[in-house]
Amino acid sequence: MEIALSWYLTLAAVLFAIGVAGVLLRSNLIIILMSVELMLNAVNVTLVAFSQSMGDVSGQILVFFVMSVAAAEAAIGLAIVIAIFRNKLSVDINDFNLFKW
Amino acid sequence: MLAESLFVMLGTLSVIGALGMLIARNPVSSALWLILTLFCVAGLYLTLSAEFIAVVQVLVYAGAIMVLFLFVIMLLNLGTMPTMKGVGWKKAVGFVLCVVVLTQLVLIGATGLDLLPATEVVDVANAGSATTIAKSLFTRYALAFEVIGILLLVATIGAVMLAKRRFA
Repeated sequence: MEIALSWYLTLAAVLFAIGVAGVLLRSNLIIILMSVELMLNAVNVTLVAFSQSMGDVSGQILVFFVMSVAAAEAAIGLAIVIAIFRNKLSVDINDFNLFKW
Repeated sequence: MLAESLFVMLGTLSVIGALGMLIARNPVSSALWLILTLFCVAGLYLTLSAEFIAVVQVLVYAGAIMVLFLFVIMLLNLGTMPTMKGVGWKKAVGFVLCVVVLTQLVLIGATGLDLLPATEVVDVANAGSATTIAKSLFTRYALAFEVIGILLLVATIGAVMLAKRRFA
């Protein structure tokens, strides 16, 4: 381990913050889903960095499971996007006000 | 020295890709920027000598998930996006929240590292190989592995049912 653990953690923090910015600032549903994927990736980076720095393989197992759940989440999310687009002809979250009072 | 320069290069590229994903107007270019980021993260896994995770990252994320995203973007024909409206108070609050989250995470990373328990590193060279991961995955985490298979099956069926036809 030549590179300090904190470098990886800082990089992951930056990536996570960009993902949060994507969720909060963009109004395109698909880009919000992509930002969620980016946040999951940032967390995966921290998990792998900790796993290597502690010499424990469990972190990488957890990354494997996170990737599987991310794949399932992307499939379901995009299917929901398609279903919404059929009804509303839009993927802008400002156009969806069914659950809004 | 090589590892540091590699880390800096990959890290900078991944942040550039993430920012491009955030800023790009066209969803297709957004997805392409995100693919750049995902490849750089795979390279970062390689610098951490986690080869198996790096390969899975390229296969699952850059391969399957992003192809799914691009497929849906092109299926929906989102070429003309509405122009971004002015900076409202919601966006300002969102931006402040992002900065707060970033500051918090960096502060924790910078100050809390000496609290970690010091464990001796065992066999770093093979810690990320497929053999090591498979040994753990098929013995200690075998149940979770099967459950994740069922989850993927359910998600596939759910996605097909959701996207199949118009709701009644």
